[in-house]
Amino acid sequence: MKFTLSWLKEHLETTADLTAILAALNRIGLEVEGVDDPAARLAGFNVARVISAERHPQTDKLQVLSVDAGDGGPLQVVCGAPNARAGLIGVLGRPGAVVPANGMELKVSAIRGVESNGMMCSVRELELGDEHDGIIELPGDAPIGMAYADYAGSDPVIDVSVTPNRQDCMGVRGIARDLAAAGLGALKPLHEAYRMAALAPIAGAGPAPDVRTDDPAGCPAFFAQAVSGVTNGASPPWLRAKLIAVGQKPISVLVDITNFVSLDLGRPLHVYDRAKLSGPLVARRARSGETVEALNGKTYTLTEAMTVIADDAHVHDIAGIMGGALSGVSEATADVLIECAYFDPDHIARTGQALALTSDARQRFERGVDPAFLDDGLAIAVHLVLEHCGGTASAITRAGSPPTTPRTVVYDPALAQRLGGLEVAPERQKTILQSLGFGVAPDWTVTVPTWRRDIDAAPDLVEEVVRIEGLDKVASVALPRADGVARPTATPAQKLERRVRRAAAARGLNEAVTWSFLPQAQADAFAEGNGFLWTLANPISEDMKVMRPSLLPGLLAAAQRNLARGADSLRLFEIGRRYLRGENNRSDERLTLAAVLLGDKTPRGWASGKAAAFDAFDAKAEALVLLAEAGAPTSNLQVMGEAGGQFHPGQSGTLRLGPRTVLARFGMLHPATLAKFDIDVPVAAVELFLDAIPAKRGAGEFARPAYAPPALQGVTRDFAFIVPLALPAGDLVRAVRSADKAAITGARLFDDFRGAGVPDGHKSLGIEVTLQPGDKSFAEAELKAIAERITAAATKLGAVLRG
Amino acid sequence: MDIAALSADALSRIAAAGDGEALEAVRVALLGKAGSISALLKTMGAMSPEERTARGPAIHGLRETVTAALTARKDALASAALEARLAGETVDLTLPAPETPRGSLHPVSQVMDELAEIFADMGFAVATGPEIEDDWHNFTALNMPESHPARAMHDTFYFEAAEDRQADAPQMLLRTHTSPVQIRTMLDVVSRHPGGAPLRIIAPGRVYRSDSDATHTPMFHQIEGLVIDRGIHLGHLKWTLETFLKAFFKRDDIVLRLRPSYFPFTEPSVEVDVGWTLNGARRALGGDGDAPGCGWMELLGSGMVNRKVIAFGGLDPGEWSGFAFGVGVDRLAMLKYAMDDLRAFFDGDARWLAHYAFSPLDVPTLSAGVGSRA
Repeated sequence: MKFTLSWLKEHLETTADLTAILAALNRIGLEVEGVDDPAARLAGFNVARVISAERHPQTDKLQVLSVDAGDGGPLQVVCGAPNARAGLIGVLGRPGAVVPANGMELKVSAIRGVESNGMMCSVRELELGDEHDGIIELPGDAPIGMAYADYAGSDPVIDVSVTPNRQDCMGVRGIARDLAAAGLGALKPLHEAYRMAALAPIAGAGPAPDVRTDDPAGCPAFFAQAVSGVTNGASPPWLRAKLIAVGQKPISVLVDITNFVSLDLGRPLHVYDRAKLSGPLVARRARSGETVEALNGKTYTLTEAMTVIADDAHVHDIAGIMGGALSGVSEATADVLIECAYFDPDHIARTGQALALTSDARQRFERGVDPAFLDDGLAIAVHLVLEHCGGTASAITRAGSPPTTPRTVVYDPALAQRLGGLEVAPERQKTILQSLGFGVAPDWTVTVPTWRRDIDAAPDLVEEVVRIEGLDKVASVALPRADGVARPTATPAQKLERRVRRAAAARGLNEAVTWSFLPQAQADAFAEGNGFLWTLANPISEDMKVMRPSLLPGLLAAAQRNLARGADSLRLFEIGRRYLRGENNRSDERLTLAAVLLGDKTPRGWASGKAAAFDAFDAKAEALVLLAEAGAPTSNLQVMGEAGGQFHPGQSGTLRLGPRTVLARFGMLHPATLAKFDIDVPVAAVELFLDAIPAKRGAGEFARPAYAPPALQGVTRDFAFIVPLALPAGDLVRAVRSADKAAITGARLFDDFRGAGVPDGHKSLGIEVTLQPGDKSFAEAELKAIAERITAAATKLGAVLRG
Repeated sequence: MDIAALSADALSRIAAAGDGEALEAVRVALLGKAGSISALLKTMGAMSPEERTARGPAIHGLRETVTAALTARKDALASAALEARLAGETVDLTLPAPETPRGSLHPVSQVMDELAEIFADMGFAVATGPEIEDDWHNFTALNMPESHPARAMHDTFYFEAAEDRQADAPQMLLRTHTSPVQIRTMLDVVSRHPGGAPLRIIAPGRVYRSDSDATHTPMFHQIEGLVIDRGIHLGHLKWTLETFLKAFFKRDDIVLRLRPSYFPFTEPSVEVDVGWTLNGARRALGGDGDAPGCGWMELLGSGMVNRKVIAFGGLDPGEWSGFAFGVGVDRLAMLKYAMDDLRAFFDGDARWLAHYAFSPLDVPTLSAGVGSRA
């Protein structure tokens, strides 16, 4: 919401200066978004008179001026303007001033050997227009030495951000009222601001216009008055200047008057050219499929939910949002109908959203204009039309009735302290509320002014009192603190997330945070099945369209960007949610960790020679370590297949707890997957499904189970078995390990050999078994029996002990 | 030869032995079966007791001296040999050691941990909620009914309806703020403990607005704060924000400026500015924003929880009051650790991470401090 300082002062009798007004606006909740103060922009540019003008000794194109700046001896200024001459009164920029057009700071300088103490400026240099044929020429009575901004009548433009609850401040008068309440002056009577004798309906002559409302829900009230015999042309300078200052384009005086009243009073109006209407003008529901060409040149298709203003032949207005092109006024317009209506805010909001059409009128109506201001609004509009366009007013039609019954709120002044934390004397509270237009009864029943639709409960009044009294007066009060040391507050899931994140970083992985949304193709490539994806209806771009079903695509995209920048080794991970569609269209968001390893695992080096690459076992190692940190029972995990089509079919797997609970997938990614990300180097990847890790049973005790290290040292025995190539080594290790649960405490595979001495289609697996004696050392016979049990267990899998 | 001459001769031969082999030959020549000192020792058997008493100590002394010299010489030769071997094993220690990758935590994670730590000390638990929300939790229950103009300020991402969507299924969207967690937490607490309050929570997480330019990304991080109790007022809100910001930025001169504002879910609503001071060319939080050369930075929105929101949360607004606030986590991280580009947060650039990310051992704790110095 923009307005100028002088505009504000038409409603506010004040001696406060700009700085004080800006500070007050911020203090009372009308945030100042910007100020364009010509006085600041034009600081250092003053009215000055050229005393004499001589040719520059070096060139014909320049003159050396002697300038009277009004504050001492004449100044020497070099000037290239053709109109520079003795006697001219213009605008001098002194050293230190900044030229608005180019941001250059003026300095004392030598121009072709002659000192120049400033610059005589053109209109364009001061950004006052496009003219650049010569320097500014001011009338002969312009006071020498005066700041040019003061001479030109500088009027700062203030831009405030009006929050959606404050419709009343979508007009300059509402802002003035708030400032007056805040002690910045007095609100002038409205009729004075419009130079009217009194604010009363203008009694016209002749028949009242034929308007009615057939849609009392959407348009509870439709007031109208006609003016015949008007002359529509350019607006008077004061009106044009106001509109231009706040960024509006003057169109014609009839249109400008409606825009001005809307900006000044927050009261939108509409003017129809009566010559283009046929029959009565009716507020009604649109017919489904009905179309209207609006004033913005676009055609809108309407629905039965929308209110329109129509005559017998056409729709002329999308009610409260935008007028129609058919009945807009032009220079030829002679008879007008002025509409001042009350439209239901919810209807306006829904229609505006459905049509995706915003306008100044919609903004005001959907926030709720003052329902008690229809007569006044119409009177002001007709007064301005008569004043500037001539003509004769008709009688007034008042169709329907606006909801003007004022709300009351039961208030307790003690609430200012209880909720606002600010002690304000009841009398002072009463004064504040009254200055904002509230009525305060002795029993503190507060009547809400009709223009404050946002107020409907006592806390709203607390806000009014506190914001006017000053939020800065609210003192800090400590929250009560529980006795003792602060208690832990994180949930097990939160602790797990934090722990695994730091564990991954401690493993040498770098955490990334990537977008939650993906391009469709990437999401499809990682989708777990059909219909599981969440797709945005209004994505910001096609690259951010579908919620990620996996964290790997985001990491791969990040990896690709790094590769393109020349990175040669990447270990990226992310912890976050992947998004699945749950039952009944519910969101199923699962905490997941993903990591990608690519490029050099170790770089080429003086000791190791060539660079080493990552392989599937690097991914497996991360999976196991991080699952262990997450509290998963890693010793019970099984390596199984089915990591998914995104992975290398022969170098990937899942880690499962039982056949169905998948805790992780890992391995090398499929080259076809990588191709979708423009990655042409192998990538090892792991994804941990942290949500699937079962909660630890009996967690919560600090005490560990009792343990004392065994007195006797463990012994190791090596076994080598010839097994078919297809037998997973893990199966053999598991069988060996379970061969004697009492004695065997470890079985570790140390060799996988194929080739000389091993039959075709077979491999030799070496396993180191750790045996832990109890009270006594193993006897030879015991060791022999254990070895036999191990061999028997292996034999069941088709293994043959190597001799 | 007399003993003294023998001794001198033996010691000089031992000293002259250049290696172990030569030394052994000397030992055999002196102390071997046919050695000269062995022979001398043997003569003692034929001596009279008086003569043995007179000459014996000198002979034994000779043997001990020679034995000790042999041992010393042997040790010296071994030591010299070891030194010679080690001298051949010299390596260039300016060669690089094996490289170990340096892992790191993203600034957002670090700052979230810092915030959790600070608020834990003030008794705030951490709550979470879904990012894919329904219309009711994100808007309606926060006092933004369908036609509310404030909805338009939210630039909401909506989801396409599922093919099997029921007619009465809620409109799903990406939460535009962490505030729906207020509703979920209140409802959850009330369902578990009738009466529900008091409660103090923070709710960090991802939020989404359909907005993208130099300072806005369509996804960012927010932290919500909510206190519901008896007798809570704006003064408590101010204290909580001051206390948290002082701890987070580790500055005692944090000055807040509260401005009236409007959020549908709070009443009164308060926008909070923080004073900044120029530190070189950079605005550093701290100091009075009204002082010359200083200014105010809009940091967060807050207010007293609207009665309707408390009621939507299943609590009696006649009994309970509270405050809520929401602040951008990325913004806090940028301000504290002097990062300028929000978009870099979500790029995963390894070079940026190497510069701005945190060691896993930078665990924020109250005793060591919540924050990692550069």
